[in-house]
Amino acid sequence: MKFVTALMGAAALLGSTVTAVADGHVEIKPAVIFDLGGKFDRSFNQASFEGAERFKQETGIEYREFEIQSDAQREQALRRFAEQGNNPIVVAGFAQQSAMEAVAAEFPDTQFQIIDAYVDLPNVRSVVFKEHEGSFLVGVLAAMQSESGTVGFVGGMDIGLIRKFACGYVQGVKSVNPDATVIQNMTGTTGAAWNDPVKGGELATGQIDQGADVVYHAAGGTGRGVLQAAADNGVMGIGVDANQNYLHPGSVLTSMLKRVDVAVYDAFKAAQQGKFEPGLEVWGVAEEGVGYAVDENNESLLTEDMIAAVEDAKAKIISGEIQVHDYTTDDSCPAS
Amino acid sequence: MKKTLPAWADVVLIPAINVFLAFFVAGLVVIFIGEDPIRAMQIMINGSLGSSYGFGYTLYYATSFVFTGLAVAVAFHASIFNIGGEGQAGVAGIGVAIVCLSLDQTHWLLTLPLAVIAAAMFGAAWAAIPAYLQAKRGSHIVITTIMFNYIAAALLVYVLNQVFKVPGSMSPESRRFGEGAQIPRLDQMADWIGIELSRSPANISVFLALLAAFGVWVLIWRTRLGYEIRAFGFSDKAAVYAGISPVRIIMITMLISGALAGLMAINTVMGDLRRLNLDSVLGAGFVGIAVALMGRSHPVGVILAALLFGVLYQGGAELAFEIPAIPSQMILTIQALVILFTGSLENMVRFPVERLFLRFNRGRA
Amino acid sequence: MTVVEDNLKGRPEAAPDATAIELTGISKSFGPVQANKDISMKVQRGTIHGIVGENGAGKSTLMSILYGFYKADKGEIRIGGTPTQINNSDDAIRAGIGMVHQHFMLVQPFTVLENVVLGAEDGAMLKPSLAKARTLLTELAREYELEVDPDAVVGDLAVGFQQRVEILKALYRKADILILDEPTGVLTPAEADHLFRILEGLKREGKTIILITHKLREIMAITDTVSVMRQGEMTATVKTADTSPTELAELMVGRKVLLRIEKSPPNIGETLMEIRGLRVRDPDGVERLKGIDLDLKAGEILGVAGVAGNGQSALLEVLGGITAASGGTVTMNGRALDLSAQADAGERRDHGIAHVPEDRHRLGLIMPYSAWENACFGYHDRAEYSSPKGFLRRTFMRDDAREKIEKYDVRPANCDLKASNFSGGNQQKIVIAREIESNPDILLIGQPTRGVDIGAIEFIHNQIVALRDKGKAVLLVSVELEEILALSDRIVVMFDGAISGERLPQDTDENELGLLMAGIDPKEGPQ
Repeated sequence: MKFVTALMGAAALLGSTVTAVADGHVEIKPAVIFDLGGKFDRSFNQASFEGAERFKQETGIEYREFEIQSDAQREQALRRFAEQGNNPIVVAGFAQQSAMEAVAAEFPDTQFQIIDAYVDLPNVRSVVFKEHEGSFLVGVLAAMQSESGTVGFVGGMDIGLIRKFACGYVQGVKSVNPDATVIQNMTGTTGAAWNDPVKGGELATGQIDQGADVVYHAAGGTGRGVLQAAADNGVMGIGVDANQNYLHPGSVLTSMLKRVDVAVYDAFKAAQQGKFEPGLEVWGVAEEGVGYAVDENNESLLTEDMIAAVEDAKAKIISGEIQVHDYTTDDSCPAS
Repeated sequence: MKKTLPAWADVVLIPAINVFLAFFVAGLVVIFIGEDPIRAMQIMINGSLGSSYGFGYTLYYATSFVFTGLAVAVAFHASIFNIGGEGQAGVAGIGVAIVCLSLDQTHWLLTLPLAVIAAAMFGAAWAAIPAYLQAKRGSHIVITTIMFNYIAAALLVYVLNQVFKVPGSMSPESRRFGEGAQIPRLDQMADWIGIELSRSPANISVFLALLAAFGVWVLIWRTRLGYEIRAFGFSDKAAVYAGISPVRIIMITMLISGALAGLMAINTVMGDLRRLNLDSVLGAGFVGIAVALMGRSHPVGVILAALLFGVLYQGGAELAFEIPAIPSQMILTIQALVILFTGSLENMVRFPVERLFLRFNRGRA
Repeated sequence: MTVVEDNLKGRPEAAPDATAIELTGISKSFGPVQANKDISMKVQRGTIHGIVGENGAGKSTLMSILYGFYKADKGEIRIGGTPTQINNSDDAIRAGIGMVHQHFMLVQPFTVLENVVLGAEDGAMLKPSLAKARTLLTELAREYELEVDPDAVVGDLAVGFQQRVEILKALYRKADILILDEPTGVLTPAEADHLFRILEGLKREGKTIILITHKLREIMAITDTVSVMRQGEMTATVKTADTSPTELAELMVGRKVLLRIEKSPPNIGETLMEIRGLRVRDPDGVERLKGIDLDLKAGEILGVAGVAGNGQSALLEVLGGITAASGGTVTMNGRALDLSAQADAGERRDHGIAHVPEDRHRLGLIMPYSAWENACFGYHDRAEYSSPKGFLRRTFMRDDAREKIEKYDVRPANCDLKASNFSGGNQQKIVIAREIESNPDILLIGQPTRGVDIGAIEFIHNQIVALRDKGKAVLLVSVELEEILALSDRIVVMFDGAISGERLPQDTDENELGLLMAGIDPKEGPQ
């Protein structure tokens, strides 16, 4: 009891020091919570970490962080940071949704942001991505690259979110080559599926043996094995979330970018400028929340035709001419 | 006649030395990464025991570990190694969710007993198949229970994705249970009698865990079944000589063990999460093995060991909050050291202590 | 010189008639048990030397010391006259010792050739070793009638052939001294005869053979010299030609002072149990009982004599409900017992059959249980020990245990002590108290006085006689002949899973029983 009061007292003391600084910026104490998997998961946790780091380097403002170890800690960490006067508090991952719903309601004066889930509260900014649109774009590139007419997809854990990636990808492939075959595999059904590069490599090799010459992954750390297997077998891999083109230059066709880092950075930046806006934000191709990566590692791989086709698809998605189906809206996929 | 250690040394002294050694080595690691081990220790102890908030979390974790620890302990008495607590608790979560989702418009006084029955039955059912394979086919139960942990995880994902998932939601989890399936937390219960406690996930299952521990004690040392379980555990051949059926003992013991592991779901799914998701067990089944080993398969020992692991979990979280330089892997390392010293390296301490006692006794004689 | 010649001709530097093996003062203890006491033995090169003795006499320990599995506490081993340290089986092989174990040490899925080469490969590549072994195997096969198909998978071979592979393995490793541990235990008579021809051939080539057995007929048939072991000591070493099975049996069983038992003439009543054609097969498929016919009558002690391992244990366990029968019937008071695996020991107890098992450590007691917990073990589901709801009646259990402890003079008279803290004799008294006090119609009792001190022996014997005088039947299995002779009202002898003879104690003696125990019926004359 004494301990908590002491903490609360300290928090109040710190809270009172929050003042508007001369240039219109608000002094903030940002915090970020990483979900299971930890901040170096080479997936969305790491992207959150990178976004927070970018903010820290640009502004010199330190941030608090916590890595979740058990389900009970999700609420604990949120409440803890909120009690200590941290603001804004950013979490990544749909698994945080329930905890966010509970804690954000208790601290109406604290600004929260959740990524990959929607929490309908007046002090929560929810950022969700149209992964299906980004996956559609890399699907277009995969279909054009493929000579065999067979491409592969390796997912992490078999959940709706990953099927959303897969479904968008298949639609993209079929838009170029309606006869193409897409081989799909999920790595597993437990959390371990996010970090099993060996199995990822085996699945990719299996798909390559069946004729796939482009393999796209949405499997977190498992994807490292997928890209490795693609490079080893002389076929193309496609990265996910962050720009993974550098991992095997010349063997990674492109990466489906999902700008979790930007979402974290934006949240901190907006709070600092006093412009934090709660509500739902859906980041698709149009918002540049998702896209495909081009850099010096894959410039030579993408032909002019490919660029033209993918840019065309991008424009059509933005204009609404192409409607990419979102698997999670009805738990089914029109293409397979 | 073999002169062994006095009981107090066996139950208190040796575990205490082991825990001390584990913390000592962990302290060295903390020094190595440039932090103050004394301060780290203080944060851990204070954060887990020093407030009703911290102690609530400690109790919450300990409750889960009591259930899984008892599950392993009961099986140990029959010389059966049930590593399947993880899967049994996971599947039991499905049973709890079914009861809660269908009855949450009623009252928790009705929902709780039914959920307890469901948790026990689902956990027991999940243990029954490996038990049958061991009893009738001789398939090693260590292997089959491990395999069933994986099957349980797959089953859970399937059920959450296909049955319980809220349409349109991204996350594979059930909807939140209604009012009628929310069992009171300890702070709420304290509020009834006018005591103010900080909010924590510790809930009424704490008492269920104590009840289960008492039940296990009665079962093992006061009933005919417990007598037969222990006899079978000491010598399966002698048990056959005495007319005790190995098949029966293996089956019943594993059913009880699975049911105990399953009860853990009451604490997590019903007591804290109030919904079913993928992360309700998260290693507690495996911690139960360490808890049972450390607790010498005795309910009192299991409770004490579970509390220690509760302290490690909650204290570890506090450590991560207060000293971000100590990474979460470090906290796992400390927990692993405790398991290492109390489990595998137990004899490292036991033999010198026994020799010491022997010399001391001889000196007196 | 090629390897092949080296193997076939033996070691040329050794003079004929030299001593192959000499043991001096070998002792070995396992805790308080002295398995070998000051053993000395000399075996001449090119002879077959037999070692006989009951199970537990220390034969296997001695051979394990010779093969490097155990290290002797004291004593010296000389091989070919040179003092030799044998710390492991590699040392033994280097010293030219080969061993054929009772349980074969073969890799079942490997071929004969691969098994022979295993562990003795030359270098990393397998092929040259296999080629060399193939040539050698052909030579050996021709020389010693050791024909085995080198490419056959060992698992597919009959037991006799697997044994040949073991012998080939030893010879391939250039063994000069071959130890065979109970080699005929698993063989048919024809296979055994073939084995003896092989051994004769090896002997002619100058190899030395040590044959461990408890079958006197084999000793008489094939050995040149024979040593007798009893209770860890080597009681005699004689030339086979100078001795007789009778003398060996006497040496083997030992003459101890007969304990006198006050016993009135039996008052034999009706037949309580009829055993007909009883057969038991163990999990390995070996037939342990090969059709037993026995009648057990009220008021008699029926003694079952035999060298351990000839089916007496199987008889006790099948009657006690521990193992299932593979054939035959047992009727008790006209009702057939369920001999299938469905029935258990509890059901036998309900029929009034009590069982004092041969091995109280493994079967009869739960060592970590206290005396009071052990005092009703097996009867714990009876109403007096546990309530219908399944709770133990602990107060009654203790009172009951105290009563038994007092009546059977168990010391120390403390029912809270763990079974493991009692001496062997007092442990046995707890078991016997439990079984006799259950008031059975039939008592099965195995090795009642094994590991029991002299004072307790007399007490136990008197309890058995008292039970018989109450008109109950006792089936007594013992390897102690004098115990059988002193207690029994009728004696059957078992050999190789069957009954080899029946005698009345007043009409027979230890010598005759000893011969029957070795499978020789003196009335039919030696075979």
